[in-house]
Formats: sequence, structure tokens, C-alpha cells
Amino acid sequence: MLTAIITMCILAAIFGLVLGFIAIKFRIEGDPVVDKIDALLPQTQCGQCTYPGCRPYATAIAKGEADINQCPPGGEATIDALADLLGVDSKPLNPENGIEEDVKTVVIIDEEICIGCTLCIQACPVDAILGAAKQMHTIITDECTGCDLCIPPCPVECIYIVPIKDEVSTWKWPSPQAPQMSVKIQQKSAGAQ
Amino acid sequence: MSDTQTKLWTFPGGLHLPEHKDISTNQNIGNVFIPAKLVLPLQQHIGESSELLVKTGDTVLKGQLIAKANGYVSVPLHAPTSGTITSIEEQAVPHPSGLSATCITIETDQKDEWVDIDKPADYKIMDPSALRNRIREAGIVGLGGAGFPTFIKLNPGERTVIDELIINAAECEPYITCDDLLMREYASDVIQGIQIMQHALQAKRCIIGIEDNKQNAYLALQQAQKESNATTIEVTSIPTIYPTGGEKQLIKVLTGKESPSQGLPLDIGVVCQNVGTAVAISHALLNGKPLISRIVTVTGNGIKQPRNHEVLIGTPINELIEHCGGYDNNVQQLIMGGPMMGFNLLSDQVPVIKTTNCLLALNENDSSSAMPCIRCGACMDVCPVKLLPQQLYWHAYAKDFDKIQDYNLFDCIECGCCTYVCPSQIPLVQYYRFAKTEIWAQERDKIKSDHARERHEFRIERLELEKQEREERMRKKKAALQKNKQKADPKKDAIAEALARVKSKQKNSVVESKNTENLTKEQQQKIEEIDSRREKQSPALNKKNDNPNESDKNNLTE
Repeated sequence: MLTAIITMCILAAIFGLVLGFIAIKFRIEGDPVVDKIDALLPQTQCGQCTYPGCRPYATAIAKGEADINQCPPGGEATIDALADLLGVDSKPLNPENGIEEDVKTVVIIDEEICIGCTLCIQACPVDAILGAAKQMHTIITDECTGCDLCIPPCPVECIYIVPIKDEVSTWKWPSPQAPQMSVKIQQKSAGAQ
Repeated sequence: MSDTQTKLWTFPGGLHLPEHKDISTNQNIGNVFIPAKLVLPLQQHIGESSELLVKTGDTVLKGQLIAKANGYVSVPLHAPTSGTITSIEEQAVPHPSGLSATCITIETDQKDEWVDIDKPADYKIMDPSALRNRIREAGIVGLGGAGFPTFIKLNPGERTVIDELIINAAECEPYITCDDLLMREYASDVIQGIQIMQHALQAKRCIIGIEDNKQNAYLALQQAQKESNATTIEVTSIPTIYPTGGEKQLIKVLTGKESPSQGLPLDIGVVCQNVGTAVAISHALLNGKPLISRIVTVTGNGIKQPRNHEVLIGTPINELIEHCGGYDNNVQQLIMGGPMMGFNLLSDQVPVIKTTNCLLALNENDSSSAMPCIRCGACMDVCPVKLLPQQLYWHAYAKDFDKIQDYNLFDCIECGCCTYVCPSQIPLVQYYRFAKTEIWAQERDKIKSDHARERHEFRIERLELEKQEREERMRKKKAALQKNKQKADPKKDAIAEALARVKSKQKNSVVESKNTENLTKEQQQKIEEIDSRREKQSPALNKKNDNPNESDKNNLTE
């Protein structure tokens, strides 16, 4: 009886030491779940989810404070990916956060009107606006995420939203029309579904 | 060697299709005609689009370089005839999207005046890399339809040994006959082009695979091979099964080797080139002519005079069709490429480009709507890559792009066999194309979002750093102020000391009056009385009482 207890204690001590060593040696910095969630978000940093950027939203999701359906730029695809990652049911986008736009956009500055106030530069989350005080500003469209955060601060309303033009190299084949039975049967099957 | 029957292999699946090839093989290749204007898109190949070298108003000569290669996966572009550049702007290009891209428009002068062309090169003494450069400078891309820069395919890398060079002369798609006619009329050029490629690749053996429905071309090539005594080249007739002309399928049939999934033929020591490319290489090296024209099959029951034509790159398709007698009255659709793998053109106001092998105008239009999948498995039986088309379809339909890649979507060659046999007429290939482009778009978005994240994090870091710097500056300023205060202290001390001195003097001024010793009680009382009265009367008086002696006197006198 005593031998058994001692053996168990020794084993417990050994395993404790091993686990303790591993915990220190293979310590993971940061929260990997937050990283994984953050990797799925579109990184527009638009704040429509009510958090100040994609990573804070990811942190909130990981903590269970935010729902997965608060990201309008990511839309359905992002919600599905998040649901997949977190093992929860997918749900439609929360309309309070905004609606999913079909066409991706960027902004441009009307350089004639710009007065060089630098307010938009301070608002841009990805440093995509170039300019200096009392100098004309311009947008580096390749870097623009289309978050539109620069539009409200502009005192002269010289920033416009423009859709990203489809190019031959980025064009996508449309999804074919779903197969259809004759109208009569289709109604039936729709009812069954 | 060509007489010996080479052992052939087979690939899974495939179809026997109605050929419709005789429509356009009755006549020889039509001669080049010069249209009023040529429209040259800067991108006619896979990779980066070429970089402009000319501007509006420039006059150019035939064969003159008008755009140079931009990056490694890119080739230059030459003027197909002499004339004036009238515009450089966005114009519709032959693409399933019907979108526009930057094009150079040349108004031709009908003189067809050549620029000084490169001297014919003796390729046998040339270094393979110099040879590849020459091929690149001639703007040659794969003429089979994909348009991949040829010089890259001829560069296997130093370590890779190329066992076989396979020449794709199968031309397996219905209607298309441009390679057939090319082989009949340019057989010796084909052999010469192959010898140049063999030299560039240092390949010991070359097999030309021709489908057995092109007997004339087969005989012509055999003849040319015998004449040029090219013993390392084998001309092989292969059974006509669609899609034998697929690169990996042809390699399997001719060598028995199977290309790895999502790999290149290069991985198994094989390089495959189109027969038209061989001719273009021969013209570039032996005649010094860049790629400025190609042979295009204009065919289908929607064309009045179907025929193969040698066409300048950039010729507007509507003019080419006009040149072929125009459309039949009932024409329904115009396809670039073959009926299986080609795509519908939204307009005929687009130019012929380097990869335009066939223009197919048809009177019928397959607008039958798709019906639900009945899981018959016919698509699986015909798939030449042994994929599961039905599974791919389900996942593409559900937009489950992770799952669809598990079923090796990217090994699909889009041959169209599955769509052809589908009894429910589901446009399967269109689903795969949709899924592929969607996945590519997602990958692009991922790269972009990673970049945005990096920039956002950098911005936060920068703002934090700026804040810290500002705080540091403030702290330093405060510290400096403190120091200055300390420096100023001696003066203040002096002032304070002086003040203290004065105060103490004032205090001391209320010195004890003299002659107060030995006073009588009466006198003492009197003094106290006076003192108290004086204080009551005016406390300020005490202060005025600067002269103690006087006060004493007063005291005394009173």
C-alpha cells in the first residue's frame, strides 16, 4: 500500500517536472487563436465591427465578447470561415454593422479641392495617404483598403469612393446558373427543402 | 527511325468526337493580307504585359520592336507591318470577360516595309542561353493556345536533363486545322525548328505526335525528316482520341511517363512544344523574322468560306471574317479556340493575338438549360486526369473552395469531356473555371490583406514610437527647466537672504529701551500704560518707529 502511494507520488513529481519544463521551454507567446482569427479578417481596419481595427475585433471574438457576424467587408465568406474555425454555426451578417458591398472600392482625392489639412492622413489606418500640411494629398490606391475612414474628417469633401475596375488579369468567371428542373417540379422541390 | 512502330501508351478517359475538320482543309493556307489598322494588345501571353517603347504618332517598320519584355515571364512585341501609331489606349481584347486592355493601334501604310532584320544565326555554334535569348527577342510564345513564353520552357535549368522533346502536333480539338495545314506546307521548317529546340535543350531525342486523322501532314513531316536526315526525330502517328493534344496526355501516350499532380513535364525530364512554335522558332533564327503573324483557322457553318489564313497579329477579327466571305445569315455564336476549350467572343471587334488558333462561327447555339445531376458518373469515366468531376461540381456549386482543392481542382485541364457527356447538360467546366478564378482571387485578397495588416501594425508601432518620443521630449524639457531653476537659485537665495536680513533688522529695531533699569514701579506702570495705548492707537506706528533712540526719548519724555 505504502509502496504504491510512494510510487504514485514519485511519478506525479516526475510528470509535474516534465510538464513544468515543457510549459517553460515551449511557451507560446501571444494568443494563437487571436492570430488565427485575425488571419481570416479582411484587414480593411474600417472599424465597422465597432472595434478599432481587425486585431482588436479578433481579440474580442476570441474572448467571446464579439459575435462572428460583425464584419461587413469580409461578408459571408469571412463569417463562414470564422464559423469553420471556431466550430460554431454560421449566421447572416449583422445589419447593424453594415451591409456587404458587391464591388470593392478605393477612394481618390480630388486634388484640385484638397486644402492639405492632413486630417485624412491621420484617419488612414494603413498610411495609404501621402501629403503634408498645406500640401495637396493623394491616395496610394494600391495600398488603400477601402475602409472609407478618411471621408468623414475631410472638411472640404474632396474624397470620393470609386469602384476597383475589373481587369483581364483579375477577372473572375461568373458562377453558372444553378441547374433547374421544369418549373412545376422545381416548386415542389423548393417546398420540400 | 521513323518507320519503326514506336510503342504507344494510353491515357484514361477521353472521347471520340465528330471532327468537322474537312470544312477547312480543302484549300491551302490563305496569304497574308494587310488590314487598314492593326490592334496589338500589350499582353498576348501568360505573364507580365510588355512595356511600351513607342508613342502616338511614331512611324514603325515591319518587324520593329514596339514593346519590350517587362520582367522574366514576358516577351517583346513587334510591329506586324509598317505604318503609323495612331493611338495607345484601352480597347476590347479577345478574352471571355470582354474587358479592355491597353492596345497599340497601327494605321498601316500598305508598303509592308521591313526593318533591318537580324542576321540568320548559326544555332549549332550558339550557346543554349544565347539561343533562348534570341527566341525571346523574337517574341515567341506557345502557339498552341496557352501562350506561355517559349524561352522559359526551353530553359530546364542546369541540373535537369531532358530526355525527350515532345512536339505537339495532335491538334485534337474538332474544327481546328491550322497545325495540320502548317505541317503540310512548312514541314521542313518544323524539322529545323525542332533541331534548334533540341540544341537549346540538349535533348537527345524528339518525338512528334500526330493524330492519325492527319495523314497528309504525317507524310509531309516524314518526308522532311528523311530529307534533312534528322535521325533523332521520330514522327509518330497516334490514335485520334480527344484530348490527346493535352500536354500531359500526349506525353503519356508517347513516352508512358506521367506528369506529377500540379507539376510540370519538366519534372519528369520532358519538354513539350507546339508544332507552330517550332516553325516560329525556325523563322526567327534562320530568317531573322520575329513573331508577327500566325495561321488561324476560320471555320464553322457560320462562315461562308472556311479556310486557314496566315494572319498578321493584330488583325481585327471582323475584317478577317469579312476576308473569308463573311458570316452565314444564321450565325449564332463566335468562338475563339475550339468548341471544347474555346470561349465565346462577346464581340468580333477584337484583334487576332498570338494565341488565336481558331475562329469558329456556329449557326447553332447550345442554350439548353442545365438540369440536376443524376449521379450517373459518365463524367468520371471520360475524365482524362482521373478526377471526380461530379464531386468537383458539388463543391464548386456550394462554393466550398477548400474542399474542391482536396479533389485536385487544379489538375483539371478544362478539356470539356465531362461537360460534353453530361446527360443533364450541366456546364461542369464553367463551374471549375469559376472555382479556379475565385480561388485565385481569394489568394490575391489574402496577399493584399496580409500587406494591409503589416502596414496597419507598422502604423500603430509608428504612432506608439512618436508618442514615446514626444513624451521623452517633454520629459527632457521639464528636466531642463528644473535644472535652470536650480541654476537661478543663488540669486533668489541672495534676495531671500537680504529680505531676511532686513526683517531681522526690523525685529532687532525693537530693542530694549535704554535707561529702563532701576525704574520705580510707578515709572514702570506708566511705561506699560503708554505702550499699550500706543499699540492700541496704531499698530502701524510701531513700524514707523524706525529710530529706537527717538522712541526711547519719547518714552522717556512722556
